[in-house]
Amino acid sequence: MQASSVEIRKVNKFYGPFHALKDIDLSIPPGKVTCLIGPSGSGKSTLLRCMNFLEEYDSGEVRIDGQLIGYDAPGKRMSGRKLREMRRSIGMVFQQFNLWPHMTAHENVAEGLIRVRGLSKADAMTRAADALAKVGLADKMGNHPSRLSGGQQQRVAIARAIAMEPKLMLFDEPTSALDPELVGEVLNVMKTLASEGMTMVVVTHEMGFAAHVADQVAFLEKGELVDVDTPSGILHHPKDARIQSFLRTYHERNSF
Amino acid sequence: MDIAVFQQYGPALIKGFGYTILCWALGTVFGMMLGLVIALIQRYSPRPVRWIIQIYIEIIRGTPFLVQLFVLYYGGPLVGLRLDALPAGLLGLTIYSSPYFAEIFRSAFRAVPLGQIEAARAIGMAEPTIIRRILLPLGLVSALPALVNFSIILTKETVILSMITVPELMYQVSRMSTETFRYLEANLVLALFFWALVETISRVGRRFEARITKHLIERT
Ligand SMILES: Nc1ncnc2c1ncn2[C@@H]1O[C@H](COP(=O)(O)OP(=O)(O)OP(=O)(O)O)[C@@H](O)[C@H]1O
Ligand SMILES: [Mg+2]
Repeated sequence: MQASSVEIRKVNKFYGPFHALKDIDLSIPPGKVTCLIGPSGSGKSTLLRCMNFLEEYDSGEVRIDGQLIGYDAPGKRMSGRKLREMRRSIGMVFQQFNLWPHMTAHENVAEGLIRVRGLSKADAMTRAADALAKVGLADKMGNHPSRLSGGQQQRVAIARAIAMEPKLMLFDEPTSALDPELVGEVLNVMKTLASEGMTMVVVTHEMGFAAHVADQVAFLEKGELVDVDTPSGILHHPKDARIQSFLRTYHERNSF
Repeated sequence: MDIAVFQQYGPALIKGFGYTILCWALGTVFGMMLGLVIALIQRYSPRPVRWIIQIYIEIIRGTPFLVQLFVLYYGGPLVGLRLDALPAGLLGLTIYSSPYFAEIFRSAFRAVPLGQIEAARAIGMAEPTIIRRILLPLGLVSALPALVNFSIILTKETVILSMITVPELMYQVSRMSTETFRYLEANLVLALFFWALVETISRVGRRFEARITKHLIERT
C-alpha cells in the first residue's frame, strides 16, 4: 500500500478573534498511526480538518507528501479542481458517520467511485461490495443507513473512504457517537487498516486504542500542541502538567 | 336547482375547469423551477447578488397578485411585452409563486446536514455533482410537504386570472352568474370543482411523500 506523509508547519487558525490553532508543528510519518488527544475544544477536529482543507488554515503549511494543500503558495488559494484531486487520496471518517440517507450502504460506497473516480456503475458496484465485505458488512449492502446500527453505519463510512484507495485516512472521534458495545467492531476495522500500513490520523477519546495501536500520540490544549511522543511517553510518563491533569480527569471518570 | 342551466353551461364550465387545471399545473411547475433556480443562486452567490434577489422576493411577496397581473398584462405592452391573456396569466403565476417556492427550497437546503455535504467534499466530489446527487434529493424530500401545501394555495390564486379574461373556471362561473342570475348554483359548482382538485393534490402529495421518505425514517 502507498502511504502518505503529512507535514504541518507553524499552522495558525482563527475563528474571528478566537485563536483556535497556535503555531502547530507536527510530522505524521507514512504508514503510521498518529492519535490526537486533548480536552474538548482544544482544536483536535480543527487541526484534523486542516489536513484535507475542510477547514481553511490562515497561515503556515500543511503538506501531503510534500505538496501544500489548499494553497498554491502562501496566501494564494488553490483551484477547486486541484484541491479535489488531492482530496481523492485522503479518506475521512466523521463522528456522526455522515452517510447519505437516501442511498443504500452499497450505493453510499459506490457513489464516489462513479462520480469522482469515473468508474462504470458495474465496476463501482463490484469494488464497493469488496470494500463492504472487508468491513464485515457483505450481508447488509442493500440496507439504507436508517436500517443499520451505529457501528454498522460507521463501518460503511470507513468502507466508503477506503473504496477510494486513499493514502491517508483521517478519523474524527469515530467511536464517540456509538453505544459502548459497538465501539469494538469499529476499532477492529481500524486496527486492520493500521496493520496494512495505512497512514492514519485519529482524533480519539479511546485511550486504549491510543495506547495499543498508535505509533505516536499528540496532545493538544487550547489550540497548542503541548507534546508529541510515543503512546507510553504521553500516557504513562507524561512530562507536562497539563497532560497529567487531563489523564487524571480521564481516569477518575472511567473508574468505578 | 335548474338542470337546464347546467345543460346549457355545463360544457363551458368543464372547459373552464380544464383551463384552471392547466394554469395551476403549469404555474406550479414553472414557479417551482424558477423558485429552485433562485434558491440555488442564493445559496452559491456572493452577497451583492443575494441582496438583489432578496429585493425581488420582497417586492413580489409584498404586492397583491392582482396588481402584479395588471402590471404585466396592461403595463407590459408599454415596454413592448405584448402577451395574450393565457401566457400572461401563466407568466404571472410563475412570477408570483417563485419567491414562495424559493423560500421553501432555501430552508429545505439549509436542513440538509452540513456533514453529509462535507462527506462528499472530503472524497473530492465537485460542487455541481454534490448539488445533483446530495443536496437536491435530500432537499426535495424535506421540502415536499411545504411544496404541496403552497401548490394547494396556488389553485385558488388561479381565479384571479379571470380578471384578465383567461377563460378558466371563475371566468365561466361569472359569465353564467351574470347571464342567468343563478349565483348560488354557479358558485356551488366552483366550490365543488376546487374541492375535488385540492383533495386530489393533497392525496397524491401524501402518497408520494410516504414513498420517497420510506428509507429516510429512522428505525427506533
Ligand atoms: N466554526 C467555528 N466558529 C467559531 N469557533 C469555532 C468553530 N469551530 C470550532 N470553533 C472553536 O474552536 C475551538 C476548537 O474546536 P474543535 O472542534 O477543533 O475542538 P475539539 O478539540 O475537536 O473538541 P471536541 O473534543 O469537543 O470535539 C473550540 O473552542 C470551538 O469552540
Ligand atoms: Mg472535535
